[in-house]
Amino acid sequence: MTEEMLINPIEKLTEQFPADWLKADERSGYSGYIVQREHLLEFARTMRDDYGFDYLSMVTAADYLEEGFFEVVYYAYKTIGGPALVYKVQIPRTDAVVPSLIGLYPGADFQEREVWDLLGIRFDGHPDLRRILMWEGFEGHPLRKDWKEPFFEEDVKPYKSRWPEGKPVFIDKENPFDDNVQYPEGFDPDHWTPDQDTLLYAGLVKKASNEEFKTDQLVVNMGPQHPSTHGVFRMVVSLEGETIIDLKPVMGYLHRNHEKIAERNTFLQNMPFTDRLDYITSMSNNFAYALAVEKLMGVQVPERADYIRVMMAELTRIMNHYFATGFLLNDLGAYFTPSLYSIEERELILDIFEEVSGSRMMCNYFRFGGVVRDVSDHILKKIHDLVYDRLPRKLESLDAYLTNNEILRSRCEGVGVLTAEQAIALSAAGPILRASGVPYDVRRADPYSIYDRFDFDVVTGNHGDIYDRYLVRVEEIRQSIRIIKQVLRDIPAGPIMTGKPPYQVRVPAGESYGRVEGPKGEMGFYIVSNGKPNPARYHVRAPTFINLTSLAPMSRGEKVADVVVILGAIDIVLGEVDR
Amino acid sequence: MKNFSYRFGVIRGLGVTLSHFFQTYITDIKKGRKHYGTVEGIEDRRQADTDGIFTIQYPEERLPLPEEFRVLPFLVYDDGENGEKILRCTACGICAKVCPPQCIWINRAADPVTGKPSPHPADFNIDMDICMNCGFCAEYCPFDAIKMDHDFELSSLDRGETHLYNLEKLMKSATYYASIHPTAAALEDAARAEKAKPKA
Repeated sequence: MTEEMLINPIEKLTEQFPADWLKADERSGYSGYIVQREHLLEFARTMRDDYGFDYLSMVTAADYLEEGFFEVVYYAYKTIGGPALVYKVQIPRTDAVVPSLIGLYPGADFQEREVWDLLGIRFDGHPDLRRILMWEGFEGHPLRKDWKEPFFEEDVKPYKSRWPEGKPVFIDKENPFDDNVQYPEGFDPDHWTPDQDTLLYAGLVKKASNEEFKTDQLVVNMGPQHPSTHGVFRMVVSLEGETIIDLKPVMGYLHRNHEKIAERNTFLQNMPFTDRLDYITSMSNNFAYALAVEKLMGVQVPERADYIRVMMAELTRIMNHYFATGFLLNDLGAYFTPSLYSIEERELILDIFEEVSGSRMMCNYFRFGGVVRDVSDHILKKIHDLVYDRLPRKLESLDAYLTNNEILRSRCEGVGVLTAEQAIALSAAGPILRASGVPYDVRRADPYSIYDRFDFDVVTGNHGDIYDRYLVRVEEIRQSIRIIKQVLRDIPAGPIMTGKPPYQVRVPAGESYGRVEGPKGEMGFYIVSNGKPNPARYHVRAPTFINLTSLAPMSRGEKVADVVVILGAIDIVLGEVDR
Repeated sequence: MKNFSYRFGVIRGLGVTLSHFFQTYITDIKKGRKHYGTVEGIEDRRQADTDGIFTIQYPEERLPLPEEFRVLPFLVYDDGENGEKILRCTACGICAKVCPPQCIWINRAADPVTGKPSPHPADFNIDMDICMNCGFCAEYCPFDAIKMDHDFELSSLDRGETHLYNLEKLMKSATYYASIHPTAAALEDAARAEKAKPKA
């Protein structure tokens, strides 16, 4: 890697490669490079090794039905910071195969499986290309534009049957018994045994059984109904004694095809749906989605609205980290008392959210070009009291009791270790990545909104174990408090919205990716618009979904009781993992 | 296994719980009887400097709802001179178009003589099982005709068509609206009066 490449990397990329390898994407509103399928692996390797794009943040695909091709989209970043390298592969719909990047970036694992599951694009060389979100017997690939769901009404909302001659249709009456799923041909649900489970068990790492003690490997299913899994989530664990040899997460029990719903919705209608992704941190989700659409629309956000957005996002971070810390103790066996103590602070923050947005968790507070309503002085006073008095005080007591607690330390230190190289390769994000010692924070690496105005530290750990993740979270609460203090000092008066918002926004054709540093990691929305009122493609880069890729590498060799804590330290929310 | 002495960790942890326990008594003695069951007491327990008991004894005690709180939409009507109910809704359909889960069905009334569409809803249905309480309908209604309610205690013995609210069930008076959203209602009334002025 030469110094010049580090500074000025992707300006003249087409000159660096043979002419038939890639071309710049020149469609209006698009950016990046279109790489030939045959040269994808070679190109990605060069970009990773010679140009330093070591962090593959997002893999997704879009179906261009009218043009007749699929487009697989890759967003790669440098962990030292800077803008994205976007490259795409266009493949005909009839021959939907791309080489898998899993060898270069193991973090592409779940994302490629998701693309296969939802769009039916096969990744050549992927070792475990099974469905991930849909159930095993599902037929078809739902995100293809020509796939229609049961009770399909129209391609896009608003549905014409609602107005002016709306007659209520009661869906329960429409539903013939159990007939709202599409089964494959010749499928008999009564006599079906899930082959995929056999496949799943077969995919677990085997170890020779111990002849001397006549031990054998044991496969244990933790979940889907298990108090430790933070929702409906299943871990297939293969054990020798109590030591974990291999682990495979199974998810999708809460899958509702958020992205298909979103492609039927108009741009504005998606805003309340984003609340329901990671329902602990709805403000951050709103933020990322608003950024993505605003980037396409080219709207400027008023100064005051920007400050309010940052304030809300940071309050969300504080709330989430309190929650995560409390439930980490829950997973360690200190049932509910400590987590309820930490929820007290969350409660006070939720009161503020309820007052500004009208709802405690489903905030739906952001709009394109601002926020819904102004924050009154009364609420600013409340936030002031919280960040100057209560939160620092309570944080100190949390720190005093927990940080040097012997039980916490002996259970967490050296458990679930992820090295910096592993964390980057596995596309881990947020506190997981930073606890491994990678100072990568979107707020600093690629500042959005007005984060470049604030003083704060990017918190990192040294060891990449659960204890460091805990420490990173506690320290991030302190940094968030610091940011909010600056917001309260600087917040200007003025409008909170550019103009009166229309109920149908006009979004020019093009693609955009809006990302924020959410409390759980990089929260991003990839949006393709074709100039119509509805997004042509809407993809969520869900931080905890991708962080789960690192669950297996972290758990191997640990005890089965520690897996619960390792999962707790990833801090998953199934609403977002399963979408 | 590391050679840690777990005793102190356990004892200190129990100490935290105990101190919380005793703190509730100290606070109770300090604040007296009015700490529970009164509006001031509830408000006091929500302040940043609160300690002691944090929970609210629902349903005997209730958290005050902020004005912006939103559960399920309703239609606002004004009282006419002869006690008739004049709906503000003009059946323009914006709420039905902006509704994310598409739970609003509006049937626009037709003029009985000419058969042309008239600005009133003949029928207005909202499926409350589908409604996601986002508040878009209230936010984008240009006539202040549909607003979000505060009544969140909605349990019923059966689901199904009882949750499909029709026009009759959705109508609530402007006085009720002003009682739950005093600031917003005053602002909107002023804006409407301002708008009506130049015409008169």
